[in-house]
Amino acid sequence: MSFSWTRVRAISVKELRDYRRNRFVVGTMTVLPLLFVILPLIQVFDAYAHVDSSNLNRHVGLSMLYMLLIPAFLPSTLSAYSVVGEREQGTLEPVLITPIRREEFLVGKALAAFVPTLVLAYVVFGIFLAAASLFAHPVIASAIYSGTHVLLQLLFTPLLAGWGIWVGIAVSARSADVRVAQQLSILGTLPLLGILALMSLNVITVSAGLAVGLAAVLLAIDLLAWRAVAAMFDRERLITGRSA
Amino acid sequence: MPESPGLYLRLTVMENLQCFAGLYELDGVRGRIERALRAVNLEDRAGDQCRALSKGLRQRVALARALLNDPAVLFLDEPTSGLDPVASREVHGLIASLRERGVTIFLTTHRLEEAERLCHRVAILNTTLRLIGRPDELRDQLFSRSLDVRLRSPLDDANAVLGALSGVEGWKQAPSGYTLAVSDPEIAAPQAARALVGAGADILSIAESRHSLEDVYLELIDEDVEARRR
Repeated sequence: MSFSWTRVRAISVKELRDYRRNRFVVGTMTVLPLLFVILPLIQVFDAYAHVDSSNLNRHVGLSMLYMLLIPAFLPSTLSAYSVVGEREQGTLEPVLITPIRREEFLVGKALAAFVPTLVLAYVVFGIFLAAASLFAHPVIASAIYSGTHVLLQLLFTPLLAGWGIWVGIAVSARSADVRVAQQLSILGTLPLLGILALMSLNVITVSAGLAVGLAAVLLAIDLLAWRAVAAMFDRERLITGRSA
Repeated sequence: MPESPGLYLRLTVMENLQCFAGLYELDGVRGRIERALRAVNLEDRAGDQCRALSKGLRQRVALARALLNDPAVLFLDEPTSGLDPVASREVHGLIASLRERGVTIFLTTHRLEEAERLCHRVAILNTTLRLIGRPDELRDQLFSRSLDVRLRSPLDDANAVLGALSGVEGWKQAPSGYTLAVSDPEIAAPQAARALVGAGADILSIAESRHSLEDVYLELIDEDVEARRR
């Protein structure tokens, strides 16, 4: 049986419809981006008055780090629900007895978390850039576009989201409780976020080439994580409670 | 179809069925969904969110979902579990209509009257398979055939009347009359009626004893040493 995008689409569309009517998800998707666009804008608008030129780059980096929290937290929260949530609701069994392959199931779930996250994160980043360009002091605006700040955002937003999703699904497949899964999956994204924080704050100085290289490494890790999660996804155990 | 309907409660009936039509990669999805909904009498609830449906209606949606890919064989696990009598009756009707359409149905149930009503063949499991066959065959295997005789008043000399009947292998007193062990009720019943009338008895009824599947099950479990230990 070959990989079917029809089945992937069926899972993704179902997930997106479910998210749309889930108050917790809608709330998280509204509040989190709002919070992470307002906070960095306040910091950027406030920067010229309080920050000396030597620390400006670090200050801008910190402001923009807020926006990386969206791809870190949002998809891991959503995907942490994906398996254990369905198992709690009793909806997993009917899906897993259809001809769906585990890779299709996982990609369907991952896309449903990935697409809205990416859209939200980039929209928020776009709003930030537009507002900073229009209303921030020219020195600040120029600091935003200098260095690797924008590149880091563009490159690492989808990769961080990918990592969060696979950690979330992996934890979800092994958890017995949704809340535990959500907390553990957020915890799982922190190491990567820590490295990005060091890069954004110029503790680790990265050139554009190094940033692209690191992104390539993270992409490879994301792909490996997908294969690892697919391998540990034991549909027999999820249906019957026993390993295949 | 599992015991719990397992529907996405925030999705509508239509959206649930669309999802599963996609998972089965079915062609002509709209027509199939309409046919499945018609089969379970839910055409007018297609746009309702599943959380707004009663448990019985959810069970019908789950049946519609199971019918989407026109299965030749259907496994139903406790399809009436937790349903009220009206909803159970509706589900029974649906199962019977599927059976008439030629769908082979494996029904798992603890409700023996449900199995007796719906199933051509019954398998009784208690850790392992204990017995399998048509309900009548199971009854014949475990119980000797008998006639229940109800009289207005007891016979003065029952042994003289009942013991002399050629088709009767034995008899015993019952609360409202007598139970006759017979090999063939169709031969023994007229003989017994003639003898009882001849003895001056007022007959209220003569009927073959009906053992339910529950009697079969209890008899079987009673024989089961392993079950008694538990």
